[in-house]
Amino acid sequence: MARAWKFEDNLNTDEIIPARFNITIDEKELGGKAFCEVRPDYAAGVQPGDVVVAGWNFGCASSREHAPLAIRGSGAICVIAASFARIFFRNAINIGLPILESPEASAGIAEGDEVSVDLGAGIITNLTRGTQYQARPLPDFVLRIAAAGGLVKFLREHDMEELTA
Amino acid sequence: MGTLIEEIFSRRAGRTVQAGEIVLLDVDTIMSHDNTTPLAIKAFREIGKPLRDPSRIVIHFDHAYPAPNLLAAENQQKIVRFIREQGIPNFYHRGVCHQVMIEEGFVRPGGIVIGADSHTVTYGALGCFSTGLGSSEIGAAWVTGKTWFKTPPTIHVVLEGRAQPGVFSKDVMLHLAGQLGMDGATYRSLEFSGPYIDSLPVHERLVFSNMSVEVGAKCGLIAADDTTIAYLEQETRAVGPFERIAVHNPQYEREIHLDVSQLGPQVACHPDVDQVRSLESVQGLALDQVYIGTCTNGRYEDLVVAANILRGRQVHRFTRTLITPASQTIYEKALANGLIQVFLDAGCTVNAPGCGACIGRHGGVLAAGERALTTMNRNFIGRMGSPEAEIFLGSPAAAAASALEGCIADPRKYL
Ligand code: SF4
Repeated sequence: MARAWKFEDNLNTDEIIPARFNITIDEKELGGKAFCEVRPDYAAGVQPGDVVVAGWNFGCASSREHAPLAIRGSGAICVIAASFARIFFRNAINIGLPILESPEASAGIAEGDEVSVDLGAGIITNLTRGTQYQARPLPDFVLRIAAAGGLVKFLREHDMEELTA
Repeated sequence: MGTLIEEIFSRRAGRTVQAGEIVLLDVDTIMSHDNTTPLAIKAFREIGKPLRDPSRIVIHFDHAYPAPNLLAAENQQKIVRFIREQGIPNFYHRGVCHQVMIEEGFVRPGGIVIGADSHTVTYGALGCFSTGLGSSEIGAAWVTGKTWFKTPPTIHVVLEGRAQPGVFSKDVMLHLAGQLGMDGATYRSLEFSGPYIDSLPVHERLVFSNMSVEVGAKCGLIAADDTTIAYLEQETRAVGPFERIAVHNPQYEREIHLDVSQLGPQVACHPDVDQVRSLESVQGLALDQVYIGTCTNGRYEDLVVAANILRGRQVHRFTRTLITPASQTIYEKALANGLIQVFLDAGCTVNAPGCGACIGRHGGVLAAGERALTTMNRNFIGRMGSPEAEIFLGSPAAAAASALEGCIADPRKYL
C-alpha cells in the first residue's frame, strides 16, 4: 500500500537533492540521494507508489529539475503539498511528475499514513484516517501538458501555440 | 495601464495583459550553464525539432569551472560538442552567468530573458523581465522561441531614506527577506522603487533583484532610469536606444514601505535566508571561512568596499578568506587598480571568476562543524559542502571586517 512520507514547510531544492549530486541526470541515481540530508532513511525505505506529503512552499530555491527528477526516480508517484514554489511547480509539470496542491490534505496526512490518490480527479484518500480531500484544480493548459506526459512529450506532437489556444 | 510586469508583458504581447492572465511570449534570450545545460540538451533531443534561432541561446560555464572532477569535465565536454554541432555563437566562460549576461549586453530594459538558473531574476534591476525556469523548458524554448507565463500580481516595495555608512543594499534586502519570509512573494512580482532605490548605483540595485527569488518571487523589477541607461552604455556591450517602460496607474496587491535610515548591518543566520538578525546580535561568532563573491556581491564595487577594509591589515590566520571576482572583466579591473594586490597582501586567496564556493563543489568547500560568513544569497543546509556546516550571509563590508577578526564583526569600525 502507498505510504506517506511527510515533510515540513519550505523544503528547499537543496534538501530534496543537494547540489553536489546534480552532476548526473540519471533519475534513478538522483532518486537514491533524494532527501538524503533531511530524511536519511527515505531513499532506502521508499516503495514504488509511495507519496511525498509536504507543507507550504515545497521545492523553493533553485531552478534545478534534478529535484522533481530525484523524487520520481526514488519511486514516489506524486507530491501532495499545501503549496509549491514557482519553479518547482513548473518543473514537476514539465517532467510529468504529478503534483497535488491541498493545504487540507497536507495538514490531514501524517507520516506513515496509508494514502491512495486518484491523479486524474485530484482526489486524495487517507485510508488510515478515513478522510478524503480534493486537490486544487490545475489550469487547462497545465492539464494539457500533464496529459501528454510533460512538456517535452507535448512538443513532440504539438506546437507551443496549441497550449494557450 | 499597469504594473511594471503588466507593462512589459503588454508591450510584448501587443495587447493589454493583466495579472492572472496566461500569456505565451517570445523571449529575447535563453540562458543556461554547465549545471543545467545537459538536461536542456536531453529535452531538446527528445523533442526532436531544430533550434529556432541559435543566436538567441547563451551558454555559460561558471558553476564548476574549470572542472573540479572527471564527471564535471565530461559534462562540459558534452556541452561543448553540442555547441559546436549546433553552431551556437554565444558561449562564455568568463565568470558567473548573470554578471556576464549583463556585461555582454544580453540584458535590456523591456527585454524578456529566461534562464535555467533561479537567479536569472537578477536582470530585473535593469528593467528587464527575467526569470528562472527548469532545463526542460529551456530546451523547449530553444525549439519554440517562446515560453508561457502566468502574469503575476505585484508587491510594491517602496524604500525611503538614506542608509547609514556601513549599510548597503545587501543589508536592506536581507532585512526585507526576514520580514517577508521565504515564501512571502511566491508567484508574485516584486517591484522596487522610492528615493532610496533612485539614489542607488546599478550594482547595488542588482542585489534586490538577485535575491527576490529568495522570497519566492517570479521577478524583482526596477524601472529603468537615467542611472540604468548610463550603466548600460558605460559598463556593458548593450547597444541603444533603450526603452524606458514605466508603470501606469498600477494596481498593487500590496505595498511595503521601509525607511532604510533606521537600519544597521544585517546578517541572515544559519540555516535559512529569512533568519535575519542585526549583525550586532551575532557579533563574535567564530568563523572558519569568509567568502566574497557570487552573482549577489562579487562585483567590482563590492571588491572595492572589501579592499578598503582589508588594506594594510591581515585576515585572521584561522579564517580562510576567499575572494572570487564575479567575472573576468571585474577581475581585470581589480587587478589593474591594485585591489588584487591588497587581497593577496592581506592573506586572502583569490580564486578564478565563477560561482566558486557558492555551491559547495569546489573553491572552498566547508567541513562538518565549520562556520562561514559569505556575500552569497543562500545559506541552506549543505549549500557549501557538509550539511553540518553553518552559513551566514552579509554584505562585502561585513565579510571583510569579519575576516580580519576571525569572527562576525561590525564593519562600521573599519570605515
Ligand atoms: S554565484 Fe551562486 S547563486 Fe549565483 S549563479 Fe552561481 S551558484 Fe548560483
